[in-house]
Amino acid sequence: MSIKTIETPIFECETGNYHTFCPISCVAWLYQKIEDSFFLVIGTKTCGYFLQNALGVMIFAEPRYAMAELEEGDISAKLNDYEELRRLCLRIRKDRNPSVIVWIGTCTTEIIKMDLEGMAPKLETEIGIPIVVARANGLDYAFTQGEDTVLAAVTHRCPEHRIPSGKQCKTEQKLFPNLPTGQTGVNSWEGGLNNHPPLVLFGSLPSTAASQLNLELKRQSIRVSGWLPAQRYTELPSLGEGVYVCGVNPFLSRTATTLMRRRRCELIGAPFPIGPDGTRAWIEKICSVFGIKPEGLEERENQVWNNLRDYLDLLRGKSVFFMGDNLLEISLSRFLIRCGMIVYEIGIPYMDERYQAGELALLRSTCSKMRIPMPRIVEKPDNYNQMQRVRELEPDLAITGMAHANPSEARGINTKWSVEFTFAQIHGFTNARDLLELVTRPLRRNDSLKNLGWTNLSV
Amino acid sequence: MKLAYWMYAGPAHIGTLRVASSFKNVHAVMHAPLGDDYLNVMRSMLERERDFTPVTASMVDRHVLARGSQERVINNINRKDKEQRPDLIVSTPTCTSSILQEDLQNFVDRASLSSNSDVILADVNHYRVNELEAADRTLEQIVRYYSNKARGQGALNQCLTDKPSANIIGISTLGFHNQHDCRELKRLLRDLGIGINQVIPEGGFVGDIRNLPKAWFNIVPYREIGLMTAMYLEKEFGMPYVSVTPMGIVDTAEFIRQVQKHINAWAPASLGEKVDYESYIDNQTESVSQAAWFSRSIDCQNLTGKKAVVFGDTTHAASITKVLAQEMGIRVGCAGTYCKHDAEWFNEQLQGFCDEILITEDHTEVGDMIARTEPSAIFGTQMERHIGKRLAIPCGVISAPVHIQNFPLGYRPFLGYEGTNQIADLVYNSFTLGMEDHLLDLFGGHDTKEVITESLSTGEDLTWNPDSKSELNKIPGFVRGRIKRNTEKFARQKGVTNITIDVLYAAKEALNT
Repeated sequence: MSIKTIETPIFECETGNYHTFCPISCVAWLYQKIEDSFFLVIGTKTCGYFLQNALGVMIFAEPRYAMAELEEGDISAKLNDYEELRRLCLRIRKDRNPSVIVWIGTCTTEIIKMDLEGMAPKLETEIGIPIVVARANGLDYAFTQGEDTVLAAVTHRCPEHRIPSGKQCKTEQKLFPNLPTGQTGVNSWEGGLNNHPPLVLFGSLPSTAASQLNLELKRQSIRVSGWLPAQRYTELPSLGEGVYVCGVNPFLSRTATTLMRRRRCELIGAPFPIGPDGTRAWIEKICSVFGIKPEGLEERENQVWNNLRDYLDLLRGKSVFFMGDNLLEISLSRFLIRCGMIVYEIGIPYMDERYQAGELALLRSTCSKMRIPMPRIVEKPDNYNQMQRVRELEPDLAITGMAHANPSEARGINTKWSVEFTFAQIHGFTNARDLLELVTRPLRRNDSLKNLGWTNLSV
Repeated sequence: MKLAYWMYAGPAHIGTLRVASSFKNVHAVMHAPLGDDYLNVMRSMLERERDFTPVTASMVDRHVLARGSQERVINNINRKDKEQRPDLIVSTPTCTSSILQEDLQNFVDRASLSSNSDVILADVNHYRVNELEAADRTLEQIVRYYSNKARGQGALNQCLTDKPSANIIGISTLGFHNQHDCRELKRLLRDLGIGINQVIPEGGFVGDIRNLPKAWFNIVPYREIGLMTAMYLEKEFGMPYVSVTPMGIVDTAEFIRQVQKHINAWAPASLGEKVDYESYIDNQTESVSQAAWFSRSIDCQNLTGKKAVVFGDTTHAASITKVLAQEMGIRVGCAGTYCKHDAEWFNEQLQGFCDEILITEDHTEVGDMIARTEPSAIFGTQMERHIGKRLAIPCGVISAPVHIQNFPLGYRPFLGYEGTNQIADLVYNSFTLGMEDHLLDLFGGHDTKEVITESLSTGEDLTWNPDSKSELNKIPGFVRGRIKRNTEKFARQKGVTNITIDVLYAAKEALNT
């Protein structure tokens, strides 16, 4: 007996009146990831106060980021932008001596049309430190897309990949005068693994999560020749024709486009390695591109699912509503549907159907496998309307931003803060349990409170 | 341009939103890009607010840059008017709208034609004022708006209440211990037989503003928010106000004496006799507040001449400095504030109470000052707490900006007689902790960390290969020990002696840690 499911996903677009973090928040994790970097956010007090409040205590650990706070004189062009930035960057060089300074453009620099891209190369030669410009502003982007703009900008700074036969590319130094020093630009090869073209993974993951994925691929005899970003700016992977790239996060569509169009890399369009199902599909896709037959993946996946049994029992048949704010929503929904949950709505800030094609296909097949209808996907959601729908549908779990979490809990709706999914390790087989630990936490906690009679505490 | 890592006061719109969302049934519509509505996060997280914060953004995106907002702001205001039927909608400019130079006043005028709510544009400029100044202005603006409106309708209520009463002005959301202070003030006034006419903005209705002049006088507990309103009400309705902050025993007594003065202006006519609170002050000082006794006790004697530095907003920094210097005999090496706009008052207040005064918004200057002064304790904001951590100097938090732990659930006022007890505890605990640390240092400490780790990990039969060892070192320190032990336990169970990265992660999966 088969139940007919809706084949094509339903995309809707609402008003875009939703709550999310400003994309400049990406400096919070990127400055920690890229150890020798310094992030300079060129914006106003509004940006600074956001970073300070959203990032909490991290600010006190001598952060390698700062605000270039624009004052009235900067806005009215009484002060010379170039001179001002030069003064600040020299001070940063003196105090911290980073290997790269990343300028984060904000709404204000957009509106006053400050030519950051024009000034950066000039200042770069003057002070001798590479300056990367990323426009991570709230006019154009949401939350995690900030990382996308930074990585897309960094892509241009990766050294050119050379064919390992030893031929030197003479134009290279001319084209990339600011190559990070101390690196060869050649993807080194070691014996023992299948002979496949170089593979570079993109997306910023904590180093342990990155090495777990490296390890999974190594089991299939696939060698990862580099990550974008690497632990240090001076260790960026080399890119170019013949290099295969694959994303690990669903919000990296600009980076993917830049890698394909500007650096002529081959993009492997796969679902993302979130959840054991996603991880397996991700590895399989990479294997298939390299013509490798994956080994032991099915057992590995089953073993992970087995390991999750206690959590799955808790989730089966429960419903979930994604308000949408970090672009991980499609992958998380797909995983939770596979866990036996019913997804009422997938809110998402921005939907790149091409970059997420693999993930959407897997979502579709997961839905038909689990015999549930394809959930509605709401792009640019409207939080007010969503709250009306949440109240009507009464989901078992709402995944939402911090602005709505406490008020929802007070109304008896179980909530998980979506932001935690961006800061926790959720990739690969190893972290599947951590991911479910997050999802089930409100259910487990509220389970232990449920007989106390104070579910609805709104005033 | 200014290189800034940290700021003490937030941007102007935060101040406006704090005042607007403190009132009941007032909605704020910000003209702002995506992500600027983080006041909602702060209010929901720090204050653990149960209700949705009544703030929405009218999004500024690419289209707005290209074509202007056109009808968008008006539509958003009208939409909120229909959805939530607020009494007042405050249209709030941000740094973005300041430079877009759109005619927000025009939007507001047009929107108010079609909406049932009152609509006003907050008169704050992002580049001229900070959070606190903006909050002060917005409160005054709202009070002025409703006073004028009531006067126009002939609904202004200027009849004094029969019994003495007061308005408390300036209690707001996200204010440092404001909720507790408000409760303590109410208690104090009740003890004195004074009724509360109104508290604004927190929990107040804008419709009630017309009744503000019924009170005999106003109380402004904090200099930062409410002073402009009090001055407006004085000018407009001749209402006197008390702006002494009742923090510490001396200033609380001074506060009560000023209250007495204002009441006695009317008391002979209304009550038939003058009031005298002196015996109340004595009684509270001697028996309700423990702080006076504390300053006499041996404990406090040991604090004599110890050095402290104070930094915070003007109200708290000034009051705490006076408490330390005149009530506890502590030497204040330096007192400072980040409220540059109120520097003159601060200077004048603290003459004779401290060695040095520092007015700055730059936390590195404060850090340098602390390092130079080498105090035994710091009383400051969360920033100073972290500076103290780095320099191993204890810190009591006495002023915003603060974290969630400074929004305690328990009753912790800083004002009034219970406030003096809380401050005494805070000061004493900060100093003794420092003393304990010092003694530990003196006797080489009783740190048993090494002993514990040795007994828990006997890794002699196991070897970690270089890869797994370096992988282990990447794991954050606070869980590393546990991961190491679990991995070794797992390896022993499996009979593995050489620990590789595979073993490390297999252990993680198997043990679900």
